[in-house]
Amino acid sequence: MRHWLVLAWRYMIFHRSKSILLIAAITLTLFLPITVYRVVRDYERSLMARAVATPLLVGAKGSRFDLALHALYFRGRVPDTLTMADSDAITASGLAVPTPLHVRFSAEGFPIVGTTLEYFEKRRLEVRAGSRPLRLGDCVVGSRVASSLGLGPGDRLRSDPENVFDLAGQYPLDMRVTGVLATTDSPDDTAVFVDCKTAWILEGLGHGHQDLESADDSVVLGRTEEGVVANAALAQYTIVTDENVDSFHFHGEPGDFPITAIVAWPHDAKSETLLRGRYLEGEAVTQALVPVAVVEELFGLVFRIKKFFDAQAGFVALSTIFFLILVILLSLRLRLDERRTMHKIGCSRVTVFWLHAFELGIVFAISIALAVSAALAATSQAPRLLAWLMTRDPS
Amino acid sequence: MTVQGSQANAESDVPHAGAPIDVRDLEFRFGRDGFTLQRDELAIASGERVAFVGPSGCGKTTLLHVLAGILVPERGTVRVGETVVSSADDRARRRFRIREIGLVFQNFELLDYLRVLDNVLLPYRLHPALRLDASVRERARELAGSVGLGDKLGRRIDALSQGERQRVAICRALVTRPSVVLADEPTGNLDPATTARIVDVLFERVAASGATLVVVTHDHGLLDRFDRVVDLAS
Repeated sequence: MRHWLVLAWRYMIFHRSKSILLIAAITLTLFLPITVYRVVRDYERSLMARAVATPLLVGAKGSRFDLALHALYFRGRVPDTLTMADSDAITASGLAVPTPLHVRFSAEGFPIVGTTLEYFEKRRLEVRAGSRPLRLGDCVVGSRVASSLGLGPGDRLRSDPENVFDLAGQYPLDMRVTGVLATTDSPDDTAVFVDCKTAWILEGLGHGHQDLESADDSVVLGRTEEGVVANAALAQYTIVTDENVDSFHFHGEPGDFPITAIVAWPHDAKSETLLRGRYLEGEAVTQALVPVAVVEELFGLVFRIKKFFDAQAGFVALSTIFFLILVILLSLRLRLDERRTMHKIGCSRVTVFWLHAFELGIVFAISIALAVSAALAATSQAPRLLAWLMTRDPS
Repeated sequence: MTVQGSQANAESDVPHAGAPIDVRDLEFRFGRDGFTLQRDELAIASGERVAFVGPSGCGKTTLLHVLAGILVPERGTVRVGETVVSSADDRARRRFRIREIGLVFQNFELLDYLRVLDNVLLPYRLHPALRLDASVRERARELAGSVGLGDKLGRRIDALSQGERQRVAICRALVTRPSVVLADEPTGNLDPATTARIVDVLFERVAASGATLVVVTHDHGLLDRFDRVVDLAS
């Protein structure tokens, strides 16, 4: 058997170009379905794990899928906002702990998530370096944001402008990075977390500016006993510092400030049922949903479509196999003289069969090893890829 | 019927003396209406050097293949040494071929993906009854060295000249120490100078081993070197 292996190996080495081509064809044929299967499986698990870890979502009425994708994966926008009063109402009900979410802005393409400290506790997010946000204008970044942008505690991160042509619009905020979260292989890794108040400053509901009492007359339109009226030339702060933090203030009632969703953490099953019941009234402008049910429904739709792709991949694989069989048969035909020589020398047909079988065996063994290794390597990157897929806006 | 060649492995390494060949009432036919070879009697003594001559299509190569057990006759008896080749089964004929027969072909029939030494040792790699050990390797090297290929053992076949390739083929035929060497137009594709060199090598090595030599040839200039010439056209 050793001799057959030697002969088979020598043949492959001599015809290395053809062997490599054959190995590459088989490797690709195996690699693609293995990888797709594993990535899809991991994708499903990742999506489901996030949904399972989130008991209840509350948001404005509209698409269930939009709300789930928005609140779970910080992806897309919701049709309408809630207010902090909605979150406060849940707290007041005593049925659950609400963690408000404000997801509208981004920094370097990564979503900025305005929330409260409860979010970190409920999601069990640990700070790998530095600390959680300490004051207005601070942020803590997910591990992949940190590695992608090279950020660490003490660095600064600027929010993306909403519209660069709107000179009267909100200015980007230069945020201070106070910490980096530990990796969780979830959408939290690719998010920038700030306090809700910081999110509202980005929204334009709060701001800081130079002291009007000491301001130059060129920025003052008028002074009355009630106050000073400034024009647009008044310098507004785009960075929060220890010196100017006290100048930041909000206009309006805090209860009216917007949030885009609420993750509710009921105390028990009964509380969850009661809380969900509150959002079932016909006039309610908010909805509560169980993420697992929504994600499962989403999977139902996605995997129904996937079956068509699976069938297509199956046909492609089948045609590739036919081509491989054709190539092997043609190759055997080309080697007819070689087999005749072997037979004349005294070699049995069984030995010739095993010689060719060893050659094919080596090709398939190398191909399978390469395909599996490549598939494992590719799928080891799947969490990063999936987190990126789930948080980046395709537009 | 006696079929030699089913003994232990070690036997293959024992040098075989030349074997006599005895053919009686032979009839071989290609298909129902194809070419028919008939030979009432042919006797070749042990160690004899015989040339088969005759026009193309008279059955020289066919007879050689019958003697080697590659083709099985419809009728008659073919005995090589103690082996009745004509009535042996396929397995026994293969064993007989690889142990008792050394074959040299007009087109060399070497495997291009093997180096010179591996081509010489090919019978040992193909047949599980032959054991490839250090002594066999040494013998292959000596054999190759004796035909002027000592420094080309690691060469690829396509890097060799025609004459060198035929010398490799002769070494492959002789490495198992066969009792009969059958050569089918071994110089048919070679120029006169190379032909002379190859024939010298073949005769020298066969003489050294004491094997019986049967050569199919069209080259009448070589016939005086044989003990006997058999004209198959007559």
